[in-house]
Amino acid sequence: MRYLVCVKQTPDTAELPKVNPEEAASGQLSINLVVNPWDEHAIEAALQMSENYGGMAGAITVDGDSAIDALRSALAMGCKDATLVKEEAADANSVATLLAAAVKKLGDVNYVLTGQMTVDGNSGAVPVMLARKLGWPVVTGVAKVIQADEDSVTVERVAGQDRFTVKVPAPAVLSVIKEIGESRYPTFINIRKAARVNIPVWTAADLDVETPAAVVQTENYRKPPARDAHVKLFDNADELVDALLAEKVL
Amino acid sequence: MKILVFIETDNGDVVASSWEALGKALSLSDDVAALVVGHNVGDVASEAGARGASVVYVVDDASRAEFDLDLVVADTKAALAEAGTNALLAVHTGNGRDLAAAVAADLNAGFLADCLELRQEDGVLVGVRPLYSGNILADVRAASDVQIATLRPRSAEAAANTGASADIVTLQPAAVDSRMQVLEVKHAETGEISLTDANVIVSGGRGVAKDPELGFKLIRELADTLGAAVGASRAAVDAGFIEYKHQVGQTGKVVRPDMYIACGISGAVQHLAGMSSSKIIVAINKDSEAPIFSVANYGIVGDLFEVVPAMNEAFKAKLNKG
Ligand SMILES: Cc1cc2nc3c(=O)[nH]c(=O)nc-3n(C[C@H](O)[C@H](O)[C@H](O)COP(=O)(O)OP(=O)(O)OC[C@H]3O[C@@H](n4cnc5c(N)ncnc54)[C@H](O)[C@@H]3O)c2cc1C
Ligand SMILES: Nc1ncnc2c1ncn2[C@@H]1O[C@H](COP(=O)(O)O)[C@@H](O)[C@H]1O
Repeated sequence: MRYLVCVKQTPDTAELPKVNPEEAASGQLSINLVVNPWDEHAIEAALQMSENYGGMAGAITVDGDSAIDALRSALAMGCKDATLVKEEAADANSVATLLAAAVKKLGDVNYVLTGQMTVDGNSGAVPVMLARKLGWPVVTGVAKVIQADEDSVTVERVAGQDRFTVKVPAPAVLSVIKEIGESRYPTFINIRKAARVNIPVWTAADLDVETPAAVVQTENYRKPPARDAHVKLFDNADELVDALLAEKVL
Repeated sequence: MKILVFIETDNGDVVASSWEALGKALSLSDDVAALVVGHNVGDVASEAGARGASVVYVVDDASRAEFDLDLVVADTKAALAEAGTNALLAVHTGNGRDLAAAVAADLNAGFLADCLELRQEDGVLVGVRPLYSGNILADVRAASDVQIATLRPRSAEAAANTGASADIVTLQPAAVDSRMQVLEVKHAETGEISLTDANVIVSGGRGVAKDPELGFKLIRELADTLGAAVGASRAAVDAGFIEYKHQVGQTGKVVRPDMYIACGISGAVQHLAGMSSSKIIVAINKDSEAPIFSVANYGIVGDLFEVVPAMNEAFKAKLNKG
């Protein structure tokens, strides 16, 4: 079977507070970029599935050339191949349209794995949008894969405060959460192999789609208002509690 | 503009933050319809009317007992057509997000996700979205006729119950086949407060390490006194002191309670990403240099094993729960 992981290159979370509005608007960031942390769990899920149910995991991203680094990281963790869709996608709908076209072109994908959200875009919309464009079922909040084969997959899903065991037919999109497992460290051998893997680069034209126009317009990028916090320190719990009760939120 | 608000249900009960989406819609328009999909959800439908929706569309069927995206999407598209509107609003829970994203994808529409604010400009919805994990805000609007938005929980006042009554319109379940077989269901224990809906959160971090069991017991006791939810840092979760579902932060839950009490949490940026929009932040930390104090409004520099139980006693006495 073939598992395809959607990864995105996103800012190192430690440096997110440094993003300024101009950079956010242009998308040209001067800070360190890494694999979106939620997507590391998706990579782990794909590797676990390939070990447990057979087959091979590959990675894909929609981004500029520099995102090759994120694909190499996915290869170093154990993915066997990687594809770059070299397009500046305007919004989640556009990313999903391009990913769906790439999945169709690859042809033999049984399961698409995604993270829960990106730490820059934050919408969490791409997995569901991708599934709808493919006409495949999607399960979000996947905490555990219980059984998978070419016909169907059974997973544990977390939604709000509830947990479900659900089964959907394949092919399917699975959006995973952290409970699926921490991602493994790249091995020395995989890092060396990763450097040698040839990464095909596709554009929208190669995928026989138009680069989708934006359906969401984003403007007026700004910093959130700074917290008006000047900490009042107390020596004992009694005085602190009086101050908190005076806030009248309890 | 007419707005259709999706009222999420779970096991026949309303997901309470849905009333916030209804409240927001009512502040934007006098013409607000609601959609309730589930099984045995008649009470929820009447309540949507009592809280101000002028029409409530209801799909009440055993096949809708658990949220099944394919089915709810089809019901929602039918309700949009029935209501004659292009605007859909839901709350940004996992299911609300999935529904909005799916409808948007099917209709090639713009999805304004996880908005902190929402306004109307000449019949167009304009949202304020957090980007870069809340480090940037931006205005978003749909460049499509169909407009779909979700609201972050605790971003708007819940619609008040005024005892009004609405037209209740029963819709037939949309004729689509389910692709999801539900094999097992574990609903939340009643009374458990979800982090994203909590008004007050008491959280523990690695600071409990010298006796994690006692530390989180003290934190839970304080939370119980305050009717609060229990949160945690990733360090506490990774160390196995508490389950992942309690994690607040970058790779946990994003919360915005009125009061967040951080006990033995240093205040790493990834933790702040999850809680820095709390109204009041309280820090209990034995290190006066801990970064959490630079975002906190109140604090005590001290040992949480002494301060937390003392706070609990003081709250009990002053809130008359002694
Ligand atoms: C990609 C990524 C994602 C992440 N996601 C998250 C996330 O979602 N949530 C999150 O929280 N972190 C996250 N982190 C981790 C984050 O960087 C910090 O490591 C973590 O928040 C630290 O947790 P802590 O404050 O409990 O521990 P520490 O930083 O070790 O702080 C413990 C604090 O307790 C104090 N203390 C010790 N003993 C006592 C005592 N007896 N009484 C009072 N105070 C005491 C200490 O002074 C110290 O300030 C993430 C990191 C990365 C790289
Ligand atoms: N540009 C992209 N290329 C590949 N996968 C993506 C891209 N953007 C988002 N994804 C996937 O979709 C998930 C949700 O992203 P988002 O909807 O942007 O929050 C991520 O965790 C990724 O798995």
